[in-house]
Amino acid sequence: MRPLSPHLQIYRPQLTSVLSFGHRLTGVVLGIYAVVLVAWLLAATTGPRAYSRMHDFMQSSVGKMVLVVGSFCYFLHLCGGIRHLFWDSGRGFELRTIYISGWAVVAASTALTAAAWIVGAHVAR
Amino acid sequence: MRSPLARARGWGSAREGVAPWWFERVTAVALVPLTLWLAASLIALAGADYATVVGWLKRPLASLLMVLQLTALFSHLALGLRVVIEDYVHSGAKIPALLAVYFGCFSLAVTGILATLHIAFAG
Repeated sequence: MRPLSPHLQIYRPQLTSVLSFGHRLTGVVLGIYAVVLVAWLLAATTGPRAYSRMHDFMQSSVGKMVLVVGSFCYFLHLCGGIRHLFWDSGRGFELRTIYISGWAVVAASTALTAAAWIVGAHVAR
Repeated sequence: MRSPLARARGWGSAREGVAPWWFERVTAVALVPLTLWLAASLIALAGADYATVVGWLKRPLASLLMVLQLTALFSHLALGLRVVIEDYVHSGAKIPALLAVYFGCFSLAVTGILATLHIAFAG
């Protein structure tokens, strides 16, 4: 096999590369959640019994973990995506700016995930 | 033996190469408000029973936004997965994988839209 670049065995990850790969990874993971969204709509179409089966799973601790992971993936992909759209305008490529926007993405997506679950816990029936 | 120039002739840019890249951005911009609406709705619906969810989705604005959501979401997903496959799959599995992504995304979008319309008009 040809040597791969970057040389993963001796590669020190940086915020830039982790967020770049993380954006792809969360995009693929959110694809699985898109399937769950369609399953949820189908369950609601099928009737109360199909819906409550899905509802009960989502209320379980495993279901809640699935939703916590999904919400973090969503907010990371949302904030990272806005960062990408900003880059598409041709701005923000100075090394300092890239690190500032990178940490802003990490902070914002963490804060938004926490806020979503705090609000959710307050309005939950 | 063909020279590199002869090989390249006729295989150049069709001047349409930027279309998928651009449409990925268009759907991304659309998905910012659409997914924020869905996230806010799901938070408001936390723990809701069947009747509440169906009652929410039956409202014309909710049905419309859900149909737009599914359209933009699965278009964006297909374009994103296409890039991932083209970057990492170089074997003979590339074309079958791309077909699976396109057929899967299209089928899921249509399924979700039909489910939404069924709830809106018949549910």
